Amino acid sequence: MISLTVNGKNKRLDVDPETPLLWVLRDTLGITGTKFGCGAQLCGACTVHIDGQPIRSCGTPLSAAAGKHVLTVEALHYTRVGKVVLKAWLENDVPQCGYCQSGQIMSAAALLTGNKAPSDAEIDAAMSGNICRCGTYNQIRAAIKDASAALGGRR
Amino acid sequence: MKAQFKPSRRSFLKASAATGGGLVIGFALPGAGRLAEAAQSFSPNAYLRIAGNGRVTVVCGLSEMGQGVLTAIPMLVAEELDADWSKVRVEQAPVDKAFANPMFGIQATGGSASVRGFWEPMRKAGAAAREMLVAAAAASWKAKPADCRTHKGVVIHKSGRRASYARLVASAARQPVPANPKLKDPGEFAILGHDLKRLDTPPKVNGSAKFGLDVRLPGMLTAVLARPPVLGGKALSFDDSKARAVPGVKQVLQTPHGVAVLAEGYWAAKKGRDALAIKWDDGPSAGLSSDDISKRLTEATALPGKVGRNEGNILTAPVPAKTLEAVYEAPYLAHACMEPMNCTAWVKPGEVEIWAGTQSQGPTQGILGQVASVDPGKVKVHTMYLGGGFGRRFAPDFTIDATILSKMSGKPVKLVYSREDDTRAYYYRPASVARFKVWLDATGNPLSFSARVASPSIMEGSGFMKLPPNGVDKFALEGVQDLPYDIPNLRVEYSRQEPGVQVWFWRSVGHSQNIFFSESMIDEMAHAAGKDPFEYRRALLGKQPRYKSVLELAAEKAGWGAPLPAGVQRGIAVAQSFGSYVAEVVEASVADDGQVKVQRVVAAVDCGMTVNPEIIRRQIESAIVYGLSAALYGRITFKDGKVEQGNFDSYPVLRMNEMPIVEVHIVPSSEKPGGIGEPGLPALAPALTGAIFAATGKRVRRLPIDPGMLKKA
Repeated sequence: MISLTVNGKNKRLDVDPETPLLWVLRDTLGITGTKFGCGAQLCGACTVHIDGQPIRSCGTPLSAAAGKHVLTVEALHYTRVGKVVLKAWLENDVPQCGYCQSGQIMSAAALLTGNKAPSDAEIDAAMSGNICRCGTYNQIRAAIKDASAALGGRR
Repeated sequence: MKAQFKPSRRSFLKASAATGGGLVIGFALPGAGRLAEAAQSFSPNAYLRIAGNGRVTVVCGLSEMGQGVLTAIPMLVAEELDADWSKVRVEQAPVDKAFANPMFGIQATGGSASVRGFWEPMRKAGAAAREMLVAAAAASWKAKPADCRTHKGVVIHKSGRRASYARLVASAARQPVPANPKLKDPGEFAILGHDLKRLDTPPKVNGSAKFGLDVRLPGMLTAVLARPPVLGGKALSFDDSKARAVPGVKQVLQTPHGVAVLAEGYWAAKKGRDALAIKWDDGPSAGLSSDDISKRLTEATALPGKVGRNEGNILTAPVPAKTLEAVYEAPYLAHACMEPMNCTAWVKPGEVEIWAGTQSQGPTQGILGQVASVDPGKVKVHTMYLGGGFGRRFAPDFTIDATILSKMSGKPVKLVYSREDDTRAYYYRPASVARFKVWLDATGNPLSFSARVASPSIMEGSGFMKLPPNGVDKFALEGVQDLPYDIPNLRVEYSRQEPGVQVWFWRSVGHSQNIFFSESMIDEMAHAAGKDPFEYRRALLGKQPRYKSVLELAAEKAGWGAPLPAGVQRGIAVAQSFGSYVAEVVEASVADDGQVKVQRVVAAVDCGMTVNPEIIRRQIESAIVYGLSAALYGRITFKDGKVEQGNFDSYPVLRMNEMPIVEVHIVPSSEKPGGIGEPGLPALAPALTGAIFAATGKRVRRLPIDPGMLKKA
């Protein structure tokens, strides 16, 4: 039995501790906003936060989240930075197919939580693990900059 | 997937009072009834509902894969309805003949054909509803309809009396349906041509959008299928003892296409699948290798092929001053949609229900009816959001296998491809080789142009098309055959070669490689003539005003000829595909180690009248990124019959740190709308390799671009 917090709710799970967190979220808990893209930590579609840090849930065993706080896109609006990031994403109409966007948003929120005024190079460094096949990278960058400005970030 | 079909004028409208007193306008599309898949009708046959609270629901039979169709189709209806856009919602339609695209007569999404096919029918549906609402208001006021106008969901009489659509729905439903509602003059458009926000953005930002992979049914099992590592192979025997020992694994089933492990959830199914010990018979393709395929295609271009276009006579043309010959090559490509292929199927007695991100709901109904031995009308298709399509989700492999597994197991089954399964599941853009011979006169102008293309046939491989009597696959030659330049003697030939790989539609189809071939050759001709590649093209496009205007606009906006930072050079290319014209200027540099960096892409597009310019700009940018990934990295290769690529490490795609600045400029146009999902792609590769040539003097004739070839000696 493993205990953890998912989006503010306590969960006690009788699941193989080696199961990647992604599949615990999606298949066991039915929280499907977090996506499966590669299963090898190469595309970022499965990005969630554990204790505020962005991680690739497809390569993170459930055991690594034991006793910790897991945050997914569904509850991101409860955080101050998350609310601002989501608003910027809406205003920039970022998604096309939308499949990678949960992961993009979670990576962006983590970046802006630690650095409210990231440079282009810092955006590249934080976001290049997230693939978008629709090619929305410029809109993602614009949304991050808008969110940065809304958070009072100055460069 | 091109227009083969002329819509007749005899379309008709239907109306009925919907439950709750709403107004429903249905619109039977011309020609749709001729289809086998549409023989079974499905009510409500409706595109539009107006509820008693004024909410307008547009029912869309097309698949949303990022191209914005769930916004564009409602905009077409809302424009002619004079709807209040804030009250417009969109709903995904079931399969019904009413939703067949008039351009090809089936319910499917592809060929950049959604707006082109539905431009008039959807506007007519909105216009008919508007006329009925006006008639209802006029009747209640004992006024003439001609004295009424409409604005944002309200009918307004010249006296100033007003009635909202919400109040009129019940009486409007009793009005006769106008046979030929009057459409607006484009000058009156208040919604079309405007940058409205996409209707699907909010659920795609908060995580609530449901893609195929997000479907969950009670009692459902998740399946992962072990497919033969070589196409055409078969499982001779297998040992599933280790697979069955994985906790959560429920069933192991052998199907005609492999061995599947069904479990409670993906992780157990994947672990179980990986624990299978299968003895494969690789079949006839066991020796397949990319080197052999390349050799075979190249050799085929040395011989005459089937003639796709022949003008003048390339052999009796005047004596040339210069002769150029070049061989170009493009590889097989996977689509690499972000969402791996998947489908949830539930086969019940006499019926099938599936949930999938599919581009081909219409044909799927018929195919799955056969697979499950049920009436096609008893196949219910729920179209989910597509995590990328690019043509891949037009294919039926994932819906077929999910249906087989549900039938065999007796359970609802969600079949999921791992990323590696997805990359290796065949359905590739064909590899292709083109051999050009060009004869120039003393001023460098072309006298004769010969192109021979060798590649597999998508038409034959598709399973639903056949080569025409002349033996020319239109997809194999599109982009070369329709060369727009003024050349007096021109011959284009096709040699069909089938190395045994399943080929498929891939964003922009034949144009994706053929425009690279032909536009690069034009660049070579300009260089041989000692002329600027932009000016050389412009001079040969005198009879092609739409090509010429996008070429000029792209060059102007890019500052063609103006100085660039050290090491950066420009290339240019122009293409027409799916009824739209696009020119692109690429600014790129090549490092000493041969690595290519694209700084900026400037595109000009003429896609006729626009629905949503911002979505157009984004689609052009999207296709540029997709084309850039392919030009830099895209390659599916075979060794001993097996695909060598698997995940994003061996099949890399463009990432944020490589993303260029992209500018898209739209040419104002009153032409009928062209497609927009694909036309931004073809010009990218030749414009990029043109820039590389300008920077290094090296001509890239083979994709993907090989940095080794560009390395400084």
